Amino acid sequence: MSHTPHRLELQNINIGYGDKIVLRELSFQVPHGSRVAVVGPNGAGKSTLFKALVGLLPLQQGNIFIHGEALGLHQDCVAYVPQREEVDWRFPVTVEDVVMMGRFAQMGWLKRATSRDRDAVQKSLMQMGIADLAEQSIGQLSGGQQQRAFLARAIAQEPHILLMDEPFTGVDVTTQEATLRLLDHLQEKKVTAIVSTHDLNLASSRFDLALLLNHRLIAFGAPREVFTKENLAQAFGNSLLVMENGMMLVDECCPPDEQFTIND
Amino acid sequence: MSFLLEPLTYEFMQRGLLASVMVGVLCAVMGTYVVLRGMAFLGDAMAHAILPGVAIAYILKGDLLIGAGVAAVAVALTIGLFSKDGAVKEDTAIGILFAAALSLGVALISAMQTYAVDLSHILFGNVLGVSIGDLWLIGGLSFAILLTVAILYKPFLVISFDPVLAATLRLPAELLRNLMLVLLALTVVVSLQTVGVSLAAAMLVTPAATAYLLTRRLLPMMFVSALIGALSSVIGLYLSYYFNVVSGSAIVLTATLFFLFAFIWKRFKK
Ligand SMILES: Nc1ncnc2c1ncn2[C@@H]1O[C@H](COP(=O)(O)OP(=O)(O)OP(=O)(O)O)[C@@H](O)[C@H]1O
Ligand SMILES: [Mg+2]
Repeated sequence: MSHTPHRLELQNINIGYGDKIVLRELSFQVPHGSRVAVVGPNGAGKSTLFKALVGLLPLQQGNIFIHGEALGLHQDCVAYVPQREEVDWRFPVTVEDVVMMGRFAQMGWLKRATSRDRDAVQKSLMQMGIADLAEQSIGQLSGGQQQRAFLARAIAQEPHILLMDEPFTGVDVTTQEATLRLLDHLQEKKVTAIVSTHDLNLASSRFDLALLLNHRLIAFGAPREVFTKENLAQAFGNSLLVMENGMMLVDECCPPDEQFTIND
Repeated sequence: MSFLLEPLTYEFMQRGLLASVMVGVLCAVMGTYVVLRGMAFLGDAMAHAILPGVAIAYILKGDLLIGAGVAAVAVALTIGLFSKDGAVKEDTAIGILFAAALSLGVALISAMQTYAVDLSHILFGNVLGVSIGDLWLIGGLSFAILLTVAILYKPFLVISFDPVLAATLRLPAELLRNLMLVLLALTVVVSLQTVGVSLAAAMLVTPAATAYLLTRRLLPMMFVSALIGALSSVIGLYLSYYFNVVSGSAIVLTATLFFLFAFIWKRFKK
């Protein structure tokens, strides 16, 4: 592991909104091609971290390096699927149009789409299982279908690093399966995937690395080593319930009333 | 046939028709962004905010279009400045400038001697008074604006549909937003001659809103909007010739009819 080049490196960063610092003194390194689960309670700063990684939020301190270069210096190869899309759902664009937007930076803003771009769009649509929806208006899709459309756009960007903010929340099994298959596929192609989730089972079974956050880095490493009783207690505090049989429940997720379990 | 050809025997009608069609197409295309980005209020405000520029140009005996252009661009950029980083909300900034500029314009015009006639030309346009020079100016500006919209089609699409993607792809969103405001301001200036400040907003909004009902993608929406803008201008001008009504009103009412037809068609299709 120590021989692989570090594709993403955060050095002692502080991020926040205005005067408020949400994440403090965060440092970690992600080798390329790994799948990282970002876990932490509501308000821990998961979405905030993602926004900083794509350059939506300026850093208050520290540096982010991608391929050893500072964020924003080279042609960034980061794609981002936010927790809630803040797009204009009534805009006259089809699913295919939306996915094609992922190609714009690569084809050149003033150039026309080539057959290579159209192929990339078709492949992404197929991969997310929405090729039959290509001609639909984006506003007419269900929530899960919309999410798959935006995942397809992120793949069409052919990123080296893909950030997905809570792609498993509020979607059905089909979308969840499509997303998980995508994660495996990305790993084969050596694309780094950083995914926030409240599902500790998924985080420990389908990811190579876990990042436990609560306004600071609590633990980072293989999921087995990260999800210990002590670490989870630090992250989740009172909302962590330790059962007599050693099973732990995290009483913390959205929507409420749903609980995730992990065998320790 | 003579019904259609007779008006065209007058040179001022030929010039008026050409100017109306160009303005109709230009407004309709820029109008798609006005409708999609919810800038209808801005379009209206911008049209009225031009008034002081026109009045000052008139007093100085300069070119009215140039006065209007300077005023419109100044207002567009000031709105951008006031609403930058959410200092005040955009519609609040618009409201303040709109009222101030309109008041200043009316104050200046009311101080003129030939008050009534000139005011009505500024408010409702004077399509039959289009000179060859005006025609060149309208044509040149229209071409430049439409060319910019065509070249920047993709950046404008992304900043309008998904600002977060625009930021992650590192588009200069602020610059593009201001450029769009300037293009809109110039569009309003160009439409001054044919429909006047009071009806310019209608030419921006109505054909584009009609096209929105009839299409599902941006590019077709622009073309359909342009077609409706052009047709409304031609039909409106003929109506104004035969029924002797103000041309700006006739053009806007024709566009409104198109909208009503599209609205009813869409209702019954469901
Ligand atoms: N735009 C904003 N302005 C100010 N504060 C914000 C903003 N967005 C988030 N915050 C604050 O930053 C903190 C972290 O929020 P963030 O959205 O990163 O949490 P999260 O870990 O993604 O939570 P969740 O699991 O609910 O998605 C919260 O305390 C929140 O109130
Ligand atoms: Mg979040």
